[in-house]
Amino acid sequence: MLRLRVNGQERVVEEELDSATPLLWVLRDHLGLVGSKYGCGAGFCGACTVQVNGTPMRSCSVLATAVGGMEIVTIEGLAGSDEHLHPLQQAWIEIDVPQCGYCQAGQLMSAAALLRQKPNPSDADIDAAMSGNLCRCGTYQRIRAAIHRAVEIMTARLRPAGGANGDG
Amino acid sequence: MATVERSIPDAPAVSDSAPGISVLPGDELARSALVSAQAGGWCDGSGVPLRLVSLSRREFLRYTGLAGGGLMLALAPRARGLRAAEVGAQDSPVFTPNPLVRIAADDSVLIYAKGPEIGQGIKTAFPMIVAEELDADWSRLRIEQALIKPEVYGPQGAGDSRSIPNNWDPLRRAGAVARLMLMTAAAKQWGVPVQECSTSAGVVTHDSSGRRASYGALAELAAALPVPDPNGVPLKQRKDYRILGRRVGGIDNAKVVTGQPLFGIDQRLPGMLYAVYEKSPAYGGSVAEANIDEVRKRAGVKDVFITDGDPRGDAPPGVVIVANSTWAAFGAKRALQVRWNASRASADSWSAAQQKARTLAAERGPRTILEAGEVTTAFAAAKHTVDAFYTYPFLSHAPLEPQNTTAWIHDGGIEMWTPSQMADQGRATVGQMLSLPVSKVTVHQTRVGGGFGRRLMIDYMAEAALVAQKVQAPVQLMWTREDDMTHDYYRVAGFHAFKGAIDSRGKLSAWQDHFVSFSADGQRPVAGGGLSGEEFPAPLLPNVHISQTLLPLGTRCGPWRAPGSNGVAFALQSFLHELSVAAKRDHLEFLLEIMGEPRWLPPQNDRALNTGRAAAVIRLAADKAGWGRKLPPGRALGLAFYFSHAGHFAEVAEVSVTRDKKLTVHRVTVAADIGPVLNPSGAEHQCQGAVVDGLSTMLALEITMEQGRVKQQNFGDYRPLRMPNAPVVDVHFIESDFPPTGVGEPALPPLAPAVCNAIYAATGHRVRTLPLTREGYSV
Repeated sequence: MLRLRVNGQERVVEEELDSATPLLWVLRDHLGLVGSKYGCGAGFCGACTVQVNGTPMRSCSVLATAVGGMEIVTIEGLAGSDEHLHPLQQAWIEIDVPQCGYCQAGQLMSAAALLRQKPNPSDADIDAAMSGNLCRCGTYQRIRAAIHRAVEIMTARLRPAGGANGDG
Repeated sequence: MATVERSIPDAPAVSDSAPGISVLPGDELARSALVSAQAGGWCDGSGVPLRLVSLSRREFLRYTGLAGGGLMLALAPRARGLRAAEVGAQDSPVFTPNPLVRIAADDSVLIYAKGPEIGQGIKTAFPMIVAEELDADWSRLRIEQALIKPEVYGPQGAGDSRSIPNNWDPLRRAGAVARLMLMTAAAKQWGVPVQECSTSAGVVTHDSSGRRASYGALAELAAALPVPDPNGVPLKQRKDYRILGRRVGGIDNAKVVTGQPLFGIDQRLPGMLYAVYEKSPAYGGSVAEANIDEVRKRAGVKDVFITDGDPRGDAPPGVVIVANSTWAAFGAKRALQVRWNASRASADSWSAAQQKARTLAAERGPRTILEAGEVTTAFAAAKHTVDAFYTYPFLSHAPLEPQNTTAWIHDGGIEMWTPSQMADQGRATVGQMLSLPVSKVTVHQTRVGGGFGRRLMIDYMAEAALVAQKVQAPVQLMWTREDDMTHDYYRVAGFHAFKGAIDSRGKLSAWQDHFVSFSADGQRPVAGGGLSGEEFPAPLLPNVHISQTLLPLGTRCGPWRAPGSNGVAFALQSFLHELSVAAKRDHLEFLLEIMGEPRWLPPQNDRALNTGRAAAVIRLAADKAGWGRKLPPGRALGLAFYFSHAGHFAEVAEVSVTRDKKLTVHRVTVAADIGPVLNPSGAEHQCQGAVVDGLSTMLALEITMEQGRVKQQNFGDYRPLRMPNAPVVDVHFIESDFPPTGVGEPALPPLAPAVCNAIYAATGHRVRTLPLTREGYSV
């Protein structure tokens, strides 16, 4: 039996698991969280990116048994439990980032970890943080734009109510 | 012609109440995201918020089309063989079979998207076309993926950038028929002539009396009317469009960014098992022996069996492993040991093919594609002649979602969930394999995690059907990345031995090309391995000789984004630049001179090359990129034109190259004429993506094989472009009045020659072999 903390909830896997099972396949096949994608199984593409204790990790290359007790966040939990989509999700929609969309969960999880570390990243910061995430459709230009847009959304959300025209 | 500049829109002003998006926690998330996605969203910076609504289960069912009632109109152009009577138009408020437009009494408007969404934006663009002519309220529209039923919807594949040109007219007529019937219903109800009624955003209005009725209120009455001939209904003028021409975001974006189960790989059914299908490294080899008894004993493994495949050849011989999880199946696959019999592909060798092509370079090929004028005389009289040998490699499609299909045999039929570009053909194939009528083959089109042409083939559907026959449960066939890369239908490699002549006036006077490609049957080139005598610039030149040699090949090849064009463009457009350099001419001027006066080639075909449209995009790209401007040493512009898929495209790349051959592509300017741009956000994005795909491919990608075994396995040795190397891509459209054409492919071919021509301009080094890593370049 495996206990995991995923998106703020305790989750229990009752089935007998191979001890080498990557976190990705526990999420997808045992917990029904299919937002994290399988792309390469070897840490090259980043489609399976989740956050473990706030750090972006390739869930295809992390043993599920190694992250018990840690705080795992998947794309399904990125929005959190408040009333809003995550600013990155909103920006992704506004900028119309996805083409096929298959890599975007991983892109978003990497971008969210970046913004946590660097709330106002430069293009170079973005390139560095996002270089582990492949997009075969080539949406990189819009991903960059959407990360900058998310910073604006975050800033706006932090502004006190009624201060629409405020300077401070 | 108006030039319309497209770029990422300015971000909308953010107010405190901003995002306007509220997401319900927990179990409500999926449903609310669904509704928000279905509600659609402008992404044109208008700041219109997405509104999320919490629905009751009953409302949910109604909105998703599972409850009865309402007006349904089949796509049913008469040319496709469906008549009004066949869809039961006369008596019932419910039209059958599956319709494209469905309007219920509660004013919900549902449009079925008939084509596969592979990232090309068709699930958004098709409903936009219908909704425009229907005059629906886009913000309240619901869009559902249609089941695969070509007998109802017509062809449901997505390839050759044909989705828009082939469906443009039927889809807008489907919308217009619905609108006309609603207006007719209103006119009847009010006792006024239909000509006095108008529509706007889901409402019919009688202009002089001011009477209004929503589409929902008219649905039942309209359902009783005869369906008019779609070819006779009036269509809107382009100037009156309210939806087409606006930047509309992908209809499923909200679901994508919240991780909803959209893709083939995401399908989960109660009791579902997971399967892998091990195939010979040299394609088509059968199993000599395998340790299946040992593998069967592994934890989680339910069954292991050897198969000879499907006799039709859609599913190859191999070993199938069925397990209770993907990981158990993958683990068993690693433990599997198979000795394979040789196959026809076992003779394939990339190194031998390259040597062979080289030895053929001096001769003409045995197959003459085009012969015009007197090439030999023209070469003898030339002021300059140039010889060059170009090589481009095999490629994998490498869509990020590996091949998969979920299949379940139950109730005397089979039900499948597949991320295919051609599921209608797959359905027919599966029916034949299982000796089932297509009515017993239910196919759900899932979202597709990248197509690029790979999923025009349906081998994964055939494999899943074969596996499902042996499994008394739903089963998901899953390929590993390594399976995908080593069992692709590859982009075929090619070689061009060119000779060109420049006469004493500096004009291109003769052109010779011996194209060496491959054939599976010794007769015809494999997919993408042909060359047309109509290929620019040949039809515009006085003296031409184009010939071909076909080398034998057993490895599977298939269409890869802009088939044929994706390799030919590199060679032809680079060699044209070699000739303009030899003639000491400016390449822009040289290209425009070859184009000459505006005309269609061949004539009377509006999907043909039009030299006037070509010249216009070449001029526009040059203008927007600042052609001719002074740049520092090691930095330069390169220009290339290419016409494919009825699209005219010119691209200018701005690159810099260091002394140790480190390449930076700073910016790519794209100028395109694809007729009216239906969704500027989508069209611009396709161009940006095609440029990245083209650059990614030319930089570092190649598939090599010896004894038929493909060497590259995963993204560690087949390395697509990553964000730090992605250039800025500026896209400019000339929105001509020709019928709209597709944009998924034609932006890709001109990229490689534009970059190579820029490298030459920056360094004096001519790239004649791709990928660039073979010529010592890095990024």
